[in-house]
Amino acid sequence: MRNQIIAKAAAVAMTALVPGIAFAGGPVDDELVIDGEIQMITRAAPPEGHPLDEVLSGWLYRTEETRLLETDTFENPGMLEVQDGADLWNTVDGSAGKSCASCHGDAEESMAGVGASFPKWDEASNRPINVELQINKCRTEEMGAEAYKFDAPEQKALTAYVKHQSLGTPVAIDLAEGHMQSWWEKGNELYYTRTGQLNLSCASCHEQNNGNYIRADHLSQGNVNGFPTYRLKQASLVSLHNRFRGCIRDTRAEFPAAFSDELMALEVYVTWRGTGLSVETPAVRQ
Amino acid sequence: MNLTRRQMLCASVGAAAAGVFGFSLSASAAPEATAESIKNFAGGKEPAMGGDLTLTTPEIAENGNTVPIEVSVASPMTDDDYVESVVIYAEGNPNPDVAVFHFTPMSGAAEAKTRMRLAKTQNVVAVAKTSKGQVFMDKKEVKVTIGGCGG
Amino acid sequence: MDNIKPRVKVPKSASAGEVITIKTLINHPMESGLRKGKDGKLIPRQIINKFTCEFNGKPVFSCELEPAISANPYIEFSAKVNEAGTFKFSWLDDDGSVYETENKIAIK
Repeated sequence: MRNQIIAKAAAVAMTALVPGIAFAGGPVDDELVIDGEIQMITRAAPPEGHPLDEVLSGWLYRTEETRLLETDTFENPGMLEVQDGADLWNTVDGSAGKSCASCHGDAEESMAGVGASFPKWDEASNRPINVELQINKCRTEEMGAEAYKFDAPEQKALTAYVKHQSLGTPVAIDLAEGHMQSWWEKGNELYYTRTGQLNLSCASCHEQNNGNYIRADHLSQGNVNGFPTYRLKQASLVSLHNRFRGCIRDTRAEFPAAFSDELMALEVYVTWRGTGLSVETPAVRQ
Repeated sequence: MNLTRRQMLCASVGAAAAGVFGFSLSASAAPEATAESIKNFAGGKEPAMGGDLTLTTPEIAENGNTVPIEVSVASPMTDDDYVESVVIYAEGNPNPDVAVFHFTPMSGAAEAKTRMRLAKTQNVVAVAKTSKGQVFMDKKEVKVTIGGCGG
Repeated sequence: MDNIKPRVKVPKSASAGEVITIKTLINHPMESGLRKGKDGKLIPRQIINKFTCEFNGKPVFSCELEPAISANPYIEFSAKVNEAGTFKFSWLDDDGSVYETENKIAIK
């Protein structure tokens, strides 16, 4: 309750700062069409059991200038790194003398829609696997190459390239696979667990206060359909686990390691919360 | 000290900007520095406000790291009457210089877009000079949002 | 700098006398020289300081850039196309590197 009051006060302060501009308030009424042809789903009906009435893309919470950067794949600065990913896809690496393309051919065909269904259940490791870990699995098991370290530029670029092949495809993960449901439940629990000196849960901001301001930030529902996302702040692609850690750090809590059980469970659950939204990778955010 | 609420807000935003951009506030250029640069660019002429030059900026920049701006000058762009150059300044940046665009009749139109950095809420100024010696100026205030969630 | 890949978007063809829009984007950190690194020392300035566009050897548009230009500089401008030919684009780095690319355009 106290947090809600703070957020509302911040919104009021912002309105006072910029009189005459419709600044506070919820998502905009706008349509995301990329390159004038790909109609993106930014509002979706929630899956069964979802706490919100409508699932909304974070794109709807950004200013017009930020929104416009995502509507053109040439102007989107995240596409520079996606292009690096395309080059990596075709680059031989490791003792087996293979590239991604050696097995998967043309990514535009073989990877179409694939990114929209991650994370998936991985029987071998008995846990969910995301695109980053799937790439590392291919590298170590098939290519004889070293796994990319967390947030290596190559990892972000190749992940973004693979996910970009699903641009426009609605997010749909299969919770019936393996033990996905129990990881969903663990993620669900973490989502509502307050952490840090500020005592905030994910839900404090992104469920109870989306559309409000926390200081100068217009809170979205925190959906992850655009990751890796180009953030204006970093002027580069930001991975999902980096963002998770950033949010947790902002609550002034110790944050878990990337790809740890905690963050994988959170990825399963938060991805599910964005069910039905188009994959936007690379989305552009503030 | 008798600060208004708005001045207080601006001051705290400025302090936050210094943290984000690593600028110290004392290094921030005064509008006078921009005025001096404009005088040099215009060859001593007093620029006519508005007129054929339009500077387009967002009213609010969600992040000062990437602020889209656009300049456009109405001009026939013929060999004997064209826009030679447009200069952009950010009055409140540590160094107010941003960019100078040089056009030729082969540009067809005196228009350019880019993305710039703004250390804090401030005025962005554009000045255009034509081959006939006319000088135009446009100025827009951009409010820079600072104090959001870090990555 | 290594691994700098300029991108440009130019129409493949235009009518004689048409004014076209050219979009350019280049991956570059545009290090301002005002930031401090993890060791507390200033990171030296390294930016793209100039961009030029020529058509069949004649200047169309150019600009000088300062550290206030965002990382991954985006520049959009116009060009009047009277004949078929080649656009040549160049980006100049503080370290003396020049990044270049060319695009041909036909007349409809």
